[in-house]
Amino acid sequence: MKKKFTDKDVLLKIRGLKIDGYSDETWIPIIKGVDLTLHRGEVMGLIGESGAGKSTIGAAAMGYARDGTRISEGSIEFDGMELTTASEGERRALRGSRIAYVAQSAAASFNPAHKIIDQHTEAPVHYRIQKRMEAQEDAMELYERLRLPNPQEIGFRYPHQVSGGQLQRAMTAMAMSCRPDLIIFDEPTTALDVTTQIEVLAAIRDIVDQFNTAAIYITHDLAVVAQMADTIKVLLKGEEVEEAPTKEMLDNPREDYTKSLWAVRSFKRDQKSRPTDGTQPVISVQNIDAAYTGGVKVLDDVSFDIYPGMTVAVVGESGSGKSTTARVITGLLPPTEGQVLFKGDPLPPRYQDRNRDQLRQAQMIYQMADTALNPKVQINEIIGRPAQFYSGLRGQALKQRVDELLDLIELEPARFYNRYPPELSGGQKQRIGIARALAAEPDFIICDEVTSALDQLVAEGILKLLDRLQRELGLAYMFITHDLATVRSIADEVVVMQHGKVVEQGPKDEMFKPPHHPYTDLLLSSVPEMDPDWLTTLLEERGGVDNIGDAADV
Amino acid sequence: MGDLAGLIAKRLGLGLVTLLVVSVLIFFAVELLPGDIAQAVLGQGATEETVAAMREQLGLDRPAPVRYFEWLAGAVTGDFGTSLVSGERVSSAIGTRFINTLFLAAYAAVIAVPISILLGIVVALLRNSLFDRVANVMTLTSISSPEFFLGYILILYLAVKTGMFPALANLRADMTFVELLHRTFLPALTLVLVVTAHMMRMTRAAIINLLASPYIEMARLKGTPPWKVIVRHALPNAWAPIINVVALNLAYLITGVVLVEVVFVYPGIGQLLVDAVAKRDFPIVQACCLIFAATFILLNLTADVGAILTNPRLRHPK
Repeated sequence: MKKKFTDKDVLLKIRGLKIDGYSDETWIPIIKGVDLTLHRGEVMGLIGESGAGKSTIGAAAMGYARDGTRISEGSIEFDGMELTTASEGERRALRGSRIAYVAQSAAASFNPAHKIIDQHTEAPVHYRIQKRMEAQEDAMELYERLRLPNPQEIGFRYPHQVSGGQLQRAMTAMAMSCRPDLIIFDEPTTALDVTTQIEVLAAIRDIVDQFNTAAIYITHDLAVVAQMADTIKVLLKGEEVEEAPTKEMLDNPREDYTKSLWAVRSFKRDQKSRPTDGTQPVISVQNIDAAYTGGVKVLDDVSFDIYPGMTVAVVGESGSGKSTTARVITGLLPPTEGQVLFKGDPLPPRYQDRNRDQLRQAQMIYQMADTALNPKVQINEIIGRPAQFYSGLRGQALKQRVDELLDLIELEPARFYNRYPPELSGGQKQRIGIARALAAEPDFIICDEVTSALDQLVAEGILKLLDRLQRELGLAYMFITHDLATVRSIADEVVVMQHGKVVEQGPKDEMFKPPHHPYTDLLLSSVPEMDPDWLTTLLEERGGVDNIGDAADV
Repeated sequence: MGDLAGLIAKRLGLGLVTLLVVSVLIFFAVELLPGDIAQAVLGQGATEETVAAMREQLGLDRPAPVRYFEWLAGAVTGDFGTSLVSGERVSSAIGTRFINTLFLAAYAAVIAVPISILLGIVVALLRNSLFDRVANVMTLTSISSPEFFLGYILILYLAVKTGMFPALANLRADMTFVELLHRTFLPALTLVLVVTAHMMRMTRAAIINLLASPYIEMARLKGTPPWKVIVRHALPNAWAPIINVVALNLAYLITGVVLVEVVFVYPGIGQLLVDAVAKRDFPIVQACCLIFAATFILLNLTADVGAILTNPRLRHPK
């Protein structure tokens, strides 16, 4: 963090870079003149919302234009070599050997058909840097440095046999295979749980340090970039907003846009507590066990209550049973034991056996608005269908109700009534998802990771909307998330799940105060903070990283 | 590996059930054909008594389900009864013919499968180039032309005008293998032209479909050359659809070659079937249909198992 860089150490120099993207049969500019200077051993964080062009710039630094994009102007100079005019063969010769790439989803970026180590050794063998056996030994050494369990053996597995966090480290090892001068990290921890993220962050930071590798670290998570980068560059819609050393950027952002990014995490609403007048919980989950067909138990004795007008956040890592609980409540997965009560009355376990009034009470909003909305159906029908089904509205009354719902989610009815989901932005789609849930006029809505696919500013808007709707309509939310920052801002009560069990639950203020259940403690302390020394301090406190998240890795 | 064996056993069981259902369909479909077998065999001049005697002799006076089970029990042991026309055992009438058909199919497959997969890989690599388009147009032309037409064109140019190959593929028992290959080259080539397009286009599509995957981009960003991206990274993941379309075409090579056999006077099972239908020789029709059905089911089964075996997730469970 205290490195000094001089002009003669410049490794990558991008000047006036413009990149076009092909859409609707024309080329439109997506990068509009960006400069970037990276020195040997420097780690630069590129941050911005999706669509800011971070990944496109990352790929361009390798002289690579993704399918459907082209570099239209500017120069990219890597260690004295101009990439925009170099031949495809010359550029290819740099990739893997001198510039390497670490992708967002290691699970998707490892070829499922080959063993991990065979993919690792591909580049060094291809470039004749090492013989296969040497490359394998080197791979094992890198696996050990990246603290992968069983470094001698893990490479001989197939990608699907290894957990997400381990794969991400294996991919970092693969990027290191030829000891490149520059590595592009494209959101390498975005798809991971917080506990797993820490190990990967620590591993990446160490190895980049050890080999004095320069890196471009692309992310939308400010707290993560604060741990990793020497310099931060903020992008907005293909243009640079500002660039400064990490510490300075965090303490004194100059531009308003940067300030707004920093401010996102400040949204907080007052915590409510359970009604004391004997009101029944709107949903009461009682001693639920559940299993998928023929599989092992995925829920084990899960119980919690959700009271009217309150938000209960259900947190835990992937695989902890959060979404399965939601499936049980909605009746998609009948439990093997236990029951779900709605205002004191048991709901039939299978949704097929529920009547219309019971069905209307369990509405869902999904994580991926993209896939949860039928792309070929107009907005008015998406929202209108449940309104018609549950309230029997037709004709003019139905249209009026759809307009009302669109107003409620702050989208102008005249503009959106006849549009199709693909014409909408991510945040707008998620609002449509909310309107669809509201159309049933429920008392209770399950929000399944509704903000995790969205940029922070957009996510903030959605959270505010959900909060307003709760106040106006008295809704109760079950808020499934793995993002503890979101929990802090909107939850009233928190349920912590691990391995299908509830390990701790209670009002939010108590949950965020020690003493915790050890697992809650692990989760809480793993959430990155904006302080650039957070990771270092945390690792010191935990004394070695060896087994931090291995609980999560099973 | 227990899962895998279980999965394959399940497919096998399903295949057997399908075959059983098909056998019912075949038997009763033939039963439903208009006209009386005894009447047809004896001709218009037969008296009622002779017809009745014939029916009794053939066992036709007994209820259909009983005859079905007798037929099925026989078929399982390879006994399909006797031909109504020649009185020959059906199994011996079909035997050599079926082997001929299998030989021709194998001949065509040995040429067509490697060529189409190789071509598929090359056009995927050179996608949207001139070569890609020419290959597409040519294979499409050959698949769109009726096979008897292709056959006659080949006869015209390769047999009549140049005399390189014999026009007729009549076989003798004492031919050497090379002679056999030479003699059956034209029908085999006709079949190759018919099945190549389908397999090639599927290989191309299956590979190109994968090129947008993150792991393909990863391979490119590792500096892997384009041909290696296709052969090493895309192809191993594209086998399942390719194997399926290959199996479908192999089945066609065995069961759909009647026209080609007629054009080249090749003594295969297709011609036998057509003759038998014309002469109402039902035991042979039923036996041929059952063999065709079994071929289809067996090949599709092989394709399913092949697709399972090429899936690393199933081959190497956690």
